[in-house]
Amino acid sequence: MPSPAVVVDGLVMRYGDVTAVDGLSTEIATGQVTAVVGPNGAGKSTTLETCEGYRRPQAGTVRVLGLDPVSDATGLRSRVGVMLQSGGAWSGCRAGEALRHAAALHAHPLDVDALVERLGLGGCGATSYRRLSGGQQQRLGLAMAIIGRPELVFLDEPTAGLDPQARRVTWDLVRELRDSGVTVVVTTHLMDEAEQLADRVVVIDHGRVLAAGSPRELTSTGAENTVRFGAATGLDMHDLRAALPAGCAVEEVSAGAYLVTGPVDPALIATLTAWCAARGVLAHSLAVERRSLEDVFLELTGTQLRS
Amino acid sequence: MSTLDLSPAPGAARLRRMVVAHAYVEVRLLLRNGEQLVLALALPLLVLVAGDSTGGLLDLGPGRRIDVLAPGVLALAVLSTSFTSLAIATGFERRYGVLKRLGATPLPRHGLLAGKVLAVLVVEALQVLVVGAVAMALGWAPVGGVVAVLGGTLLVLLGTAAFGALGLAMAGSLRAEATLALANLVYVLLLVAGAVVVPLGRYPEAVQPLVALLPSGALAQGLRDLSAGAGLPWAACLVLVGWAAAGTGLAARTFRWE
Repeated sequence: MPSPAVVVDGLVMRYGDVTAVDGLSTEIATGQVTAVVGPNGAGKSTTLETCEGYRRPQAGTVRVLGLDPVSDATGLRSRVGVMLQSGGAWSGCRAGEALRHAAALHAHPLDVDALVERLGLGGCGATSYRRLSGGQQQRLGLAMAIIGRPELVFLDEPTAGLDPQARRVTWDLVRELRDSGVTVVVTTHLMDEAEQLADRVVVIDHGRVLAAGSPRELTSTGAENTVRFGAATGLDMHDLRAALPAGCAVEEVSAGAYLVTGPVDPALIATLTAWCAARGVLAHSLAVERRSLEDVFLELTGTQLRS
Repeated sequence: MSTLDLSPAPGAARLRRMVVAHAYVEVRLLLRNGEQLVLALALPLLVLVAGDSTGGLLDLGPGRRIDVLAPGVLALAVLSTSFTSLAIATGFERRYGVLKRLGATPLPRHGLLAGKVLAVLVVEALQVLVVGAVAMALGWAPVGGVVAVLGGTLLVLLGTAAFGALGLAMAGSLRAEATLALANLVYVLLLVAGAVVVPLGRYPEAVQPLVALLPSGALAQGLRDLSAGAGLPWAACLVLVGWAAAGTGLAARTFRWE
């Protein structure tokens, strides 16, 4: 098990009276995609910027690739790629120029033309930054973050404002980065993005970690999981309940539509289908439903709109 | 389908390469920017040509008009690039997060500064060539030989240091819009009242010592004296060194990167 890429321990950051980060501790595993999710103002960006060396921890410690992001900044800057939430390029600079400038700062940069093509920026190499669409600006920011072939990248909302096609291109690139051995940290508001992309999700609110784990771990806490199946109407619910493990409930919610709630595991599915087989019942549909990450997120952070 | 090897291979480029790459981009951006070009070339040339041809409107004192005008316009060119252009560009780099992003790249802060200085010097070299050529075509006949060329180079470098440090101090502490307004205002004020075009000797005697202490006065009058064969103006050099030191101290204290 390689040592973690990022270790945050008891981080505290305040702006005046406002405590943005309140004793946050977490570890980012090397070689994984980690999604940091949380409502606006949860402390995501402040935490990320502290890891990037922009801010000095007011309390607690931050280690990135084993180094202090502030005092070892020189050693880290070539190893860590950073995509800011917005901007970061001269407004009159052409996309190709900005990328070639970024490439020239590194010893073994990616091929600019190949990266341009990969990110679908081929048609706008001569377009100045201010004339690029929001999505093109985002992709250029991503390209500048990875052009130096870093070990670790911090991407702050890399898909904000992207259309579904561009989002897929970004997702594919993030997966490919991980498969090539790069550790990726992304912040996002999109729970489906975190669910699809991340090996591990860290839920942050009020400057603390509320939950962390793989999307599967976070969404499978047992009791809320359900199995829906469709079959002939009027099955004997009493008989089925007796066959299922303790703690499961079953009801015919509408004619021929059945709902089993309880800790869903492979054995439960086997029991259910065996019961059907024994009674000559053909289930024409069967679906395991889990809570989505969004359900978990809203449960953890509340449904109230933040001001 | 191109192959893209994303596997980690981190490493910073050599400092010299980073500085040159940065200067290259800044020069290109400046030469492409219409407003900056007006400031860097069009205005100085306008002052040169109009000042030379509009005889009695502007009292430039004794001597041929073009010999008085040309060194002043060279000083104006230095002022426009090392102060106004640099301050405005840097102010907007701060505003648009360019400085912030560059802070996360291998380009160190001293490398960024070196790149900016190099870009300013390249543009100034172009300005000196163009303004100098036009002035000579209009009959400018500088004297002083090698001493004047070397002394002029020294004065331009010191003036660049003084104006550049002051411009960065402004860009690093004010909002981009405020920097834009103030950098242009200072440019106009120094052009009109800073002994840039009108020689120090034509100012009222009471204010001459003060105007001579302005960076614009020191640079322009120093260049005028040099090109008239007066030898190296040590006092002007000292004034510029003082402004450079003060500006650097101020910028180091107040510059905020975001």
